[in-house]
Amino acid sequence: MTRYLLLAALAVVALAAPFFVYPILLMTILCFMVFASSFNLLLGYAGLLCFGHAMFFGTGAYIGGWLMKEGGLTIELAFAATTLAMAALGWVVGLISARRGGIQFAMITLAISQFVYFLLLRAPFTHGEDGLQRIPRSALFGMIDVSSNLSLYYLILAISVAAIWFFYRIVHSPFGEVLRAIRDNEGRVESLGFVPERFKIVALTLSAGLAGLAGAMKASVYQIATLHDLSFHVSGTIIFMALLGGLGTMAGPMVGAALIVMLNDHLAQFGEWALIIQGTVFLVVILFFRRGLVGELQAFIRRRSAKA
Amino acid sequence: MFDHISMQLLLGQLLIGLINGSFYAMLSLGLAIIFGLIHVVNFAHGAQYMLGAFVALLLLNHLGIPYWGALFIAPVVVGAFGLLMEQTILKPLRHLDHLYSLLATFAAVLIIEGLMRLEFGSTGLPYASPLPGGVNLGFMFLPYYRGWVVIFSLAVCIATWLLIEKTKLGAYLRAANERPEIVESFGINVPRMMSLTYAFGVGLAGLGGVLAAPIYQVSPSMGSNLMIVIFAVVVIGGMGSILGAILTGYLIGIVEGLTKVFYPEASNLAIFVIMIIALILRPNGLFSSPESSR
Repeated sequence: MTRYLLLAALAVVALAAPFFVYPILLMTILCFMVFASSFNLLLGYAGLLCFGHAMFFGTGAYIGGWLMKEGGLTIELAFAATTLAMAALGWVVGLISARRGGIQFAMITLAISQFVYFLLLRAPFTHGEDGLQRIPRSALFGMIDVSSNLSLYYLILAISVAAIWFFYRIVHSPFGEVLRAIRDNEGRVESLGFVPERFKIVALTLSAGLAGLAGAMKASVYQIATLHDLSFHVSGTIIFMALLGGLGTMAGPMVGAALIVMLNDHLAQFGEWALIIQGTVFLVVILFFRRGLVGELQAFIRRRSAKA
Repeated sequence: MFDHISMQLLLGQLLIGLINGSFYAMLSLGLAIIFGLIHVVNFAHGAQYMLGAFVALLLLNHLGIPYWGALFIAPVVVGAFGLLMEQTILKPLRHLDHLYSLLATFAAVLIIEGLMRLEFGSTGLPYASPLPGGVNLGFMFLPYYRGWVVIFSLAVCIATWLLIEKTKLGAYLRAANERPEIVESFGINVPRMMSLTYAFGVGLAGLGGVLAAPIYQVSPSMGSNLMIVIFAVVVIGGMGSILGAILTGYLIGIVEGLTKVFYPEASNLAIFVIMIIALILRPNGLFSSPESSR
């Protein structure tokens, strides 16, 4: 019951928010919530550290932007096509990397993301260092205008909610159970007749699709796609968001994403200090609060209810 | 196509590839030692290399200590810094998943690079070559200093390899990696040995930084650009394989040089293409034996 009340309250806040807070900031938060959730699916639930997750986000921004600008696609078609394209990329990356677990997976995905970075730096349609600029906010279904920040906000909100619901369904499906089992004891899962590698590839495919969607949404919000979106700095930031909020909890990485986006918004004026503070908080979380904010909160509530 | 000009270009790029390869080999050697012996993926390796270059620069500018002194002092300073990092942030994470030590060193990079940029700005600072002049080899002009880098780093690589594979100390290290409790029962302080191993690997990165200072500009971001290439080298060579890291380092440097001759657009991509092909054909690394997987 309290859960439904909480969700209803969240819905009211989300619907009313753009009248009080700058919509661009809110949309950035939503994009990163979807992006962080896609990362959480891999590290939090399947135990796979993708150290180059920005490749899906950044490439998604380019593809979504290009489809709207040069391809003349409506916004929902551009988003859908980007999601599929990035899922395909995720599948290919999975084929190369899923055989290796743990640390090796992290290093391989980092190197592949760097490969994609240099590839896009060279590709003519990305306009190199300038980035893909003046991306139009094409009308929804070709009829509904979403060019204003307010109308786009509600579209992004709806898509993000759908994406997060999709993520929730994956995690709470039998497939999600197997992923968690692989994270906890891969050998046992294998002895039960599952092929962990296949599950990892599917997880990477789904996660990459979601990350690509987040990137395409960001391209429509800022109307620009740049190489920065796929730099390993962004890959690092997304890890930080997920860890700060709490890996393997549904809400944690989303909370982390919202906090970091707001923090960066505030720290932008401090230049170099922003990174130093980010690194310091990151280090403190790794050393002392590995469960993250939401994870620690859950542990606290569990201890309280155990006592009562 | 092999007329005189392109032959010159080819040999010239081969030599540049060999010089780059020397750095790749030395840095991935340190990374492989740290990973192979204490199972830490040292993401800060690039930042520590950068610190080595800065220590050399500061020694010269503030204390008047020339390059040849820095070659000994800087690795010790950077190694001590590595020991400090190990004691404060890596030790508490030793018994956890290796992912945490990777992320902790990554966070350390953000802090170290940020502070260095704050102090020194992000533009590159020059470091005068200690060996000015050079020799004309006919096909290209070879600065003496670059020749020195190739020879010196090769010597360091071979010495380190011998130290770990052929000496008693190296045997202890390798044994502590396999069965720490048994080595401990011989009366050897395994945790301290592991800390010193990390410091040694970091010191190698610092030494690489000193070597690099006169060739590349000294700047806070000089390490992070190199870091990902080094990671790829270690993956190709077989994680933790010391000989694999050295050989792959030189191989990658030379292949990179060759792509600059034949297909310049792809020179940045070559490393990663090799990595992907190597992963598909030899998933355990080019130079690893089958049983040393994982």
